Amino acid sequence: MLTAECGLLSVRELKFRDPRRAVALVGAMRRTLDAIGRAPVSVMHVCGSHEQAIARFGLRSILPPALDVFMGPGCPVCVTDLPEVDEAVALAKQGVRIATYGDMLKVRGSSRSLADARAEGAAVDIVYSVSQAVELARRSREEVVFFATGFETTAVATAAVILGELPSNLTVLSAHKYIPPVMEIVAEMPDTRVEGFLAAGHAATITGWGIFEPFVARHRLPVVVAGFEPLDILAGLARLVELVRDGEPRVVNMFPRCVTKAGNLRAQEQLWRVFRPAGGNWRGIAHVPNGNLRLRDEWAHIDARRRHRIDVASLWDEAPPALVQHCICGDIMAGIASPAHCRLFGKECGPDAPVGACMVSSEGTCRIWLQYGGRPEAALRESATGGSS
Amino acid sequence: MCLGVPGRIVIVEGQIATVDFWGIQRQVRLELVDQPVAPGDYILNHVGFAIRRIPEEDIEGTLALYEELLREPEQAGDLMGADVRSELDGTRGSTGEP
Repeated sequence: MLTAECGLLSVRELKFRDPRRAVALVGAMRRTLDAIGRAPVSVMHVCGSHEQAIARFGLRSILPPALDVFMGPGCPVCVTDLPEVDEAVALAKQGVRIATYGDMLKVRGSSRSLADARAEGAAVDIVYSVSQAVELARRSREEVVFFATGFETTAVATAAVILGELPSNLTVLSAHKYIPPVMEIVAEMPDTRVEGFLAAGHAATITGWGIFEPFVARHRLPVVVAGFEPLDILAGLARLVELVRDGEPRVVNMFPRCVTKAGNLRAQEQLWRVFRPAGGNWRGIAHVPNGNLRLRDEWAHIDARRRHRIDVASLWDEAPPALVQHCICGDIMAGIASPAHCRLFGKECGPDAPVGACMVSSEGTCRIWLQYGGRPEAALRESATGGSS
Repeated sequence: MCLGVPGRIVIVEGQIATVDFWGIQRQVRLELVDQPVAPGDYILNHVGFAIRRIPEEDIEGTLALYEELLREPEQAGDLMGADVRSELDGTRGSTGEP
């Protein structure tokens, strides 16, 4: 039925949302979990878009209770480290115009956010695409800094623009992060309960699925690359529990309409011509070797860190808000805790007055949980024990 | 920010394409896509860049993968109600003012 629609000049056939198929996939998952014979089987995904889809479509309410699916460090805004936000805020306060993605606006550094700086008169512009930052700089005589956040999927866009013609008043403050190294860190955490990873289809569209093979060999954990439609996610999870059952750690690509083994070589070439991997902290996680993307030396002239003297210390006079010490965003991103464990969640901490980064971003676990009804896993357990099979 | 949305190319002008996403037309840059694209092709868009041309044969391959997993169809419950259009609106919302 869906196949027949593929010839139509509509994109609706890409939706992959047939409820009959969803129910059948969950049935397959349940049989696999029965064969494993213990609970919970715990798997991590590393993408805010996966969590959004899981929450929006209520997938946890249909997943077998024996399967625990939780989000790791998959929110690029959330893992942007305090000092990186401080750099952007300091630049804004120094009179430089900042252009950045909307989710960055309310994320606090050590004491304040870009939104705070803007409220005090700093120039901060929200852009949907790095191309808009270029247009903004072209129209302006001011110094403009593009505060570049996001994973490799977003970093390639920054790279493409840098390789084009940039106006001379535009520089880039890179806080881009690279996902594969952080999976190593999560897998090595002493408290980890991760038995397999659901990798993000869009990041893998760039890097290719082959990049996960050394990880699988080192950690003996299966990786399934999955897309973002509900059926993509369910099919990915079904395959992942099969790999857990079989004790067969390998990479399986369940998103072949977008992901190849080698990935997008043209985009990779641009990515690595502009950026180099560098070690650095991910907020709440740890120091991640090679987890940050920094501009190569040949791009020093457009590197905001080299073109501007950034007075971060000026931000350190102010104490962070009192509630910050209770925020468990880091543990949530490490997969050790869920928003249900947080005493601030939905009370002192909400989208209007976020305490931690996980509540700020539309890709943060806390924000997603709150948006789609609070504590989906708790609700799931109740409905699963009392509901139909 | 990580959200990618499939769309159909309407017009290609140099490194910029006009792309239809469920009736909404947007301009998308083509520097990153690793295959030539033409009107009628489907691409995956991310922050204003096409990052992949989606070949039709891969769509069918994905469906075949699903078929393989579908052994015992059970009673259907309507899980898939919401529309992708909200994701497109969300693309704007997550990057614009809250």
